[in-house]
Amino acid sequence: MESPSDVQVTAETVSPLIASSEGLIPGSGLTQQAEGRRAARRERLGDLLRTALFVGPLLIVLLVFLVIPALAVVIGAFRAEGVAGAAGGFTLEHLRALGQPQYLTGLKNSVLLSGSTALLGTLIGGLLAYAVLGEGGPAWLRNPLIAFSGVAANFAGVPLALAFVATLGTTGMVTRLLSGVGINLYQHGFSLFTFSGLVVVYTYFQVPLMVILIAPALDGLRREWREAAENLGASAAQFWRMVGLPILAPALLASLVLLFGNAFSAYATAYALTSGALPLLPLQIGAVLSGNVISDPHLGQALALLVMVVMTVTMLVYSGLERLGSRWRR
Amino acid sequence: MRASLLSRTGRGAWIVLLALYFFVPLVALGIYSLWAGGTRYDLSAYAQILQDPKFHETFRLSAVLAAETILISLALVIPAAFWVNLRAPGLRNVLGLLSVLSFVVPPIVLVGGLTSLFRGPEWFVGTPQFLVAGYVVLSLPYTYRTLDTGLRALDLQTLSEAAQSLGAGWNTLLWRVILPNISSAVLGAALLTFAIVLGEFTFANVLLFNTFAVYINYIGQTQGTPAAALSLISLGITWLAMLGLLRFGRGRVALGGAR
Repeated sequence: MESPSDVQVTAETVSPLIASSEGLIPGSGLTQQAEGRRAARRERLGDLLRTALFVGPLLIVLLVFLVIPALAVVIGAFRAEGVAGAAGGFTLEHLRALGQPQYLTGLKNSVLLSGSTALLGTLIGGLLAYAVLGEGGPAWLRNPLIAFSGVAANFAGVPLALAFVATLGTTGMVTRLLSGVGINLYQHGFSLFTFSGLVVVYTYFQVPLMVILIAPALDGLRREWREAAENLGASAAQFWRMVGLPILAPALLASLVLLFGNAFSAYATAYALTSGALPLLPLQIGAVLSGNVISDPHLGQALALLVMVVMTVTMLVYSGLERLGSRWRR
Repeated sequence: MRASLLSRTGRGAWIVLLALYFFVPLVALGIYSLWAGGTRYDLSAYAQILQDPKFHETFRLSAVLAAETILISLALVIPAAFWVNLRAPGLRNVLGLLSVLSFVVPPIVLVGGLTSLFRGPEWFVGTPQFLVAGYVVLSLPYTYRTLDTGLRALDLQTLSEAAQSLGAGWNTLLWRVILPNISSAVLGAALLTFAIVLGEFTFANVLLFNTFAVYINYIGQTQGTPAAALSLISLGITWLAMLGLLRFGRGRVALGGAR
């Protein structure tokens, strides 16, 4: 299989140090030094070639199917509709179209939904993680919680929506149980198929994601800090207010921001529950793209650009906070 | 002592409350899928689903798409992750940046970019195979992370030098030395990708292709109990895949695909 020259090249690859130090052996001639340098250069060239061969295909696929499409969205948002297949000139018309009331409502709803479920997820998930993973928590529950969170954070989309229809829909199990004891949810302004319902459903995948995100930071909260605080006479409340929470704050905020982005870009769950009727930014993009309402790809791209901008800000804040928080973790 | 007992019951009550929130919808889904009108409960909804040719059709389509996605992303990621770990750690940042980009460009945005960029040829954009392009990009960060974890556990330098000093070329090294050593990570990545593709709804729904998730949604709009049965079947498959990943892949499951 291997040609002799191949084997030779690989032998040099294995020990580049030996190859390049040959010329440094006392008493060796200039020719040997030049030989060594040439070998080293050939070596670098081979490495470069192999990098292109091994990593190149992955980078090309990401370029063609991720980076360039993303750029196409950005550029398309500024392009006028072309005539006869030719690209149109640049315009701000599509961005101005985002100012229409229905899109402002969509943005507002998306921000409110993502914001409230991110807050709920951070609070509930953080307390759940602390209750189980924190000091004195039930040890037997640690691994099951981590495993379950990994699965439940991915339990979203259509099946999740249908599970909640069976639970909190108009004839859902819990709805009927509650109306049996005289509480009619749907008369109290709750509906699974509107904003309030989406908050309950989104929380289902936000909480486990929070558990996954905050677990390393909770593990990093060292027992000695608590003992030190206790020795200095601090109460539990004082410990949390002056030591625990300040240390956890960057990680908590970073998780909050990531949960926001997680909900902001979600599409399937909301679509399945509301059939795309509730004005949310991702649903509006989907409707415009698949031509359900109007077929205007440039408007779709302008809306998509809006989502990208929000996600970019989210990511920047997240990575900043993450860097801040990792100081305490070893 | 009293305070700690109090905090322990408080902690217990909190965990029980959340356990209810997480398990009641699953139980309700299960009960609903068995409901056959009135007070009768049987497996008729499952029988109905299994007899529906559309079920087999859409499931087969999603399974084929998943298999293609798995093969392509493994072929792309295994050599790349291997090389980055062995020789080109500088590229780690580039790949990290690209995985951040895949967060900034969620499926609903990416699908807009893909449709505007690729208008033809028909054999590419007109068939469900077009979805594979999006699915590969969607699953790459997870595949990469899983395989990277597997590779980091190996002493690549020693393995490579040992193999090469015995005369192995790069091909032999990858196929007969590295691959068998990361087989559990490969299996984990494959399972995760399978779960992502099977549950993926955004691309298929916007591009109007009839995949398994789109079919579940369609049944959900028209028939109640069969939809519940279908959801449980789909959930069962996804959860098996995820548990398989936790078991074999030793990788942590994070942000998934089907939101």
